[in-house]
Amino acid sequence: MPLQKSETLMVAAAVAIGLAGLMSPSWLIFLTTLAVAKALVVLGVVMLMRSGLVSFGQGLFFCIGGYAVGMGGRFWGIQDALVLILTGVVASTAIAMILGLLLTRYREIFFAMLTMAFSMILFGVLVKSHNLGSTDGFSVMEWSLFGWIPQSGMGVFWLTLAIGLLIALFLNRFFQSSIGLACEAIRENEVRVEYMGISRRQVLYINYVLAAAIGAMGGSLTALAAGHVDPEMAYWTISGEFVFIALLGGTGHVAAAFIASMIFALVRTYAVEFLPNSWQMILGIVLLLIILFLPKGIWSLFRRSRRATT
Amino acid sequence: MTEILRTESLSRYFGAVTAAEDISVTITQGEIVGVIGANGAGKTTFINMITGYLPPSKGSIYFNGRPIKGLGPRKLMREGLARSFQIPQLFLELSVIDNLAIALAAAQNQHMQMLQPVRTPERLAAADEIVSQMDIARYRDEMVTAMPQGARKLLDIAIAMLGEPKMLLLDEPTSGVSMEEKHALMDTVMEAVKRRGLTVLFVEHDMEIIQKYVTRVMAFANGVVIKDGPVEEVMNDEQVQALVTGKRSRKSSATEKGDV
Amino acid sequence: MLTVWAILIDGFIYASWLFLVAAGLTVIYGVMRILNMAHGSLYALGAYAAASAIGWYYAGGGSQLWLAFAILAGCALAIGALSGLLIERGILRLMYGRDEILMLIVTFAILLILEDAMKLLWGTTPYYAWQPYAAMGRVDIDVLTVSGYDIMVLCLSIAIGLGLWFWLERTNLGKILRSIIHDREVSEAMGVNVRRMFTITFMVGATLGAVAGGITAPIISVVPGIGIEVIVLAFAVVVTGGLGSITGAAAGAIIVGLARATSIHTMPQFELFIIYAVMAAVLIFRPNGLFGQATARKI
Repeated sequence: MPLQKSETLMVAAAVAIGLAGLMSPSWLIFLTTLAVAKALVVLGVVMLMRSGLVSFGQGLFFCIGGYAVGMGGRFWGIQDALVLILTGVVASTAIAMILGLLLTRYREIFFAMLTMAFSMILFGVLVKSHNLGSTDGFSVMEWSLFGWIPQSGMGVFWLTLAIGLLIALFLNRFFQSSIGLACEAIRENEVRVEYMGISRRQVLYINYVLAAAIGAMGGSLTALAAGHVDPEMAYWTISGEFVFIALLGGTGHVAAAFIASMIFALVRTYAVEFLPNSWQMILGIVLLLIILFLPKGIWSLFRRSRRATT
Repeated sequence: MTEILRTESLSRYFGAVTAAEDISVTITQGEIVGVIGANGAGKTTFINMITGYLPPSKGSIYFNGRPIKGLGPRKLMREGLARSFQIPQLFLELSVIDNLAIALAAAQNQHMQMLQPVRTPERLAAADEIVSQMDIARYRDEMVTAMPQGARKLLDIAIAMLGEPKMLLLDEPTSGVSMEEKHALMDTVMEAVKRRGLTVLFVEHDMEIIQKYVTRVMAFANGVVIKDGPVEEVMNDEQVQALVTGKRSRKSSATEKGDV
Repeated sequence: MLTVWAILIDGFIYASWLFLVAAGLTVIYGVMRILNMAHGSLYALGAYAAASAIGWYYAGGGSQLWLAFAILAGCALAIGALSGLLIERGILRLMYGRDEILMLIVTFAILLILEDAMKLLWGTTPYYAWQPYAAMGRVDIDVLTVSGYDIMVLCLSIAIGLGLWFWLERTNLGKILRSIIHDREVSEAMGVNVRRMFTITFMVGATLGAVAGGITAPIISVVPGIGIEVIVLAFAVVVTGGLGSITGAAAGAIIVGLARATSIHTMPQFELFIIYAVMAAVLIFRPNGLFGQATARKI
C-alpha cells in the first residue's frame, strides 16, 4: 500500500522529532514521550467520538496498560518492553470485550457515565489493594528492548514515537475504511444504518475494543517512561483530560490528537509553574471557548485556512 | 407472473384500536402498486409491518415465498426488500458520496473492512452512476445538510436502491416537495425503478401522482383494504371516492404531516 | 443482629445524605436535560461558605446553636442561588439547544473553573466547622449510638424530599415545570416562558447542591477536591434511580446507601466497588434506571 500524502508527512514528522531528540534537553524529551503516549489514549476517545460516543472513562484502559507493565515486571518477571506492552493490550482487550457487550447498548450521557463508573471501579479496587501500593502505586522495574537496557529517556522516547507512528498510520487507514465510515454513519443516523444491513452493535463493539487496546498502549508507554504507576491513572478527571485533548484536536485527522496533546503538555508545564492554582480554570475556559468557537477542534483551523487559500 | 410479496390476514391492534385488520394481498414481480388512504387508514401500519418496524399482531408475510415476519431491517435488506422514508433518513454531516459509499459497502457486505478504503474506484463509479441517474450529481461532494428537500428524497431512495433489492417500498416519496418538483422527482425515480426492474409499493397522498405512475391501487380505510385493482377501477369506485379521494383528488397533500 | 441494625441505621443516614447531594442533580436533569457535572462544585461552594461563616461566628465568641444554623443555611442558600444564576445566565444560556453530551462537557468545563476559583478564594488549607456537630451530641439507640447531627440530616433530607415533591406536584410552578418535562416544544407553544423556568430550575438545583454542602461542612474537613468525590457518587445515585426522577433519586439513595453500609460492615475493601456494581447491575436489567423513562426513538 503506497503512503498517502498526510501519511508521508507523519512519517517525516516522526523521524524529524526522533532526530531532534538527540539534541533536546531531557525534560523536553520526557514531556514529548508522555504527550505522544497520552495522544494514543486520546485517539481512542476520538475513535469513540467519531461514532457519536463520549467516554469519560478511557482512563480505565490507560490504567490497565500502566499496571500491566508494572505488574508484569514486578510479579511475573517480564523484562521485555514489547511483551509488557502486549500484556497490557491483551488485558485491556479482554476487559473491553466484556464491558463492550453492555456499553454498546448505551448512547450519550449514559455511555459517558457508565464508562466513567467502570473506570472508577478500577480506581476503587486499586486504592484498596495494599500489595499494589494503594494510593501511592508502585514503581516499574527495569525493562529492556530486545535485550538492550536503555540508560536514558531516549529508549522509551523512540519506542513511543515508533508505536505512535504505527498507530497513527493504522488509524488513518481505519478512519477511511468501511468500518470507520460506518462509525460516523452511526453517529449521524442509526435507523438508516440498520436499514442498510449494518449491525450497529457489531460496529460499535469493534470500535470500542480497538480504542481500548490503543488506550492500553498509551498507558503502558506512560508507565515505561514515568517508571511509576498509581491509581490516579483510572481517576475520572484523567479521563476528563483525554476528552479535553480530543475536543481540542477534533476528529478531523489522526495527527490532530498528537498536536493537541503536545500543546496541552507544553501549556500545562508553564501554567503549573506560573499559575499553580489556575491551571484547571484555564482548561475550563479554553474548553468553553472551543465549544463556542471551534466545535470541530483545532484541526478545523487547518482546513479553514486551506480552503481560504484555494 | 411470479408472486413476490404475499400477506395473509395481517393485522395489528393497539390495545382496543384496530390499526390494520385482515390484510391479505399478493403482489407480483414488476408491479407498481400505489397505496392510498386518509391519515389513520392503516397504510403506514401496513408498510411498517412489512418492513419490520412494527411487529404484526397476527397474520403472516411471505417475500419470494419465504416467511419474513419477525425479521429486522438488516435481514430484510439482505432478503432484497428495501424501503425509503417519508422523512429522509440520511447521514447529514457526511458528503453525498460518503452516504452512498457506505451503503455500497454494506450492500457488498464489506462494511466491516478495516484497512481497505471505503472509497474504492468501483464504489465511486457506482455512486457516480446513481447520482447522475437520480439527478443529484451536482451535490456529489456536498454535505447532505446543503441539499434541498427534493434532493434529499432522491438520495434517500438512491440509497435504498443500492442494496440491489428486488422490491422497493416508497413511503410518500413526494411529501414535503413542492408541486412543481413532484413530477420531475417521480419521473426520475420511476426511470431508475424501471431500469432495475423493481417491484414497487408506494404510499402516496397525491392522486395525480398515483394515476400517472402506478398500475394497481390498494385503497385503505379504517384499517382494511376496501378496494384493490387497476387504477381506473379503484379511482372510479364510489366507496373509494367517499372514504379516500373525495374532493381532494386534485389537491396537494404537501402540507400534511406524516404518520411515521 | 447488631450488625444488621448498624447496617440499617448507617445505611439510612448515608442514604439521606446521598439524597441531599443528588436531589439538585436530578431536578436539573429532569427539567433541562442537562447532566450537571459542576454539581459537586456547587456542593463544595456551599461547604466552603458555611464552614468559613461558622468558623467566623464561633471565633467571634458566638455559641448559639440555632444562630449557627441560621448562618449556615443563609450562606449556603445565598451562594447556591447566586452561583446558579450566574452559571445559567452567563454560560449555559449560550449553549442551549446543543446535544446532551455537549452540555455534559460544558458543565465539566464549569467544574474545572469552579474548582480553581475555590482554591483562589479559600486557599488549600482545610476549613473546619465541627462546632454544630459536637453541640448536637449523641443519641443512644439500644447499644448503638448515633450522632444527633446525623439524625437532623436524616430529617432534613426527608423534609427536602417532601418539599420537592410538593413543589413539583402541587404548585402551579411545578405544573408548568412538569409540562416542560413532558414536552418542551408544546409547552413553549402554549406560552410557557421556558427560559425563565430554566433559570429558576437551575437556581433551585444549584441551591440544593450548595445546601447539601453547607449541611455536610460540620461533618467533614472542607478541602479542595471534596466536590469531585461527591459528583461521582451523586451520578451513581441518580443513574441507579433513573435520571430526572425525584422518587428515583430517593430510591437510588436508599439502595446505594444500604449497599455501602453493608459493604463497610462486612467487607470494607469493596466499599467504592459496591456502589458502582449496584449501579451497573441495575442498568443491566433496567437500562434507564429504576424510575427512569425510556425516551421514544424518533424516526
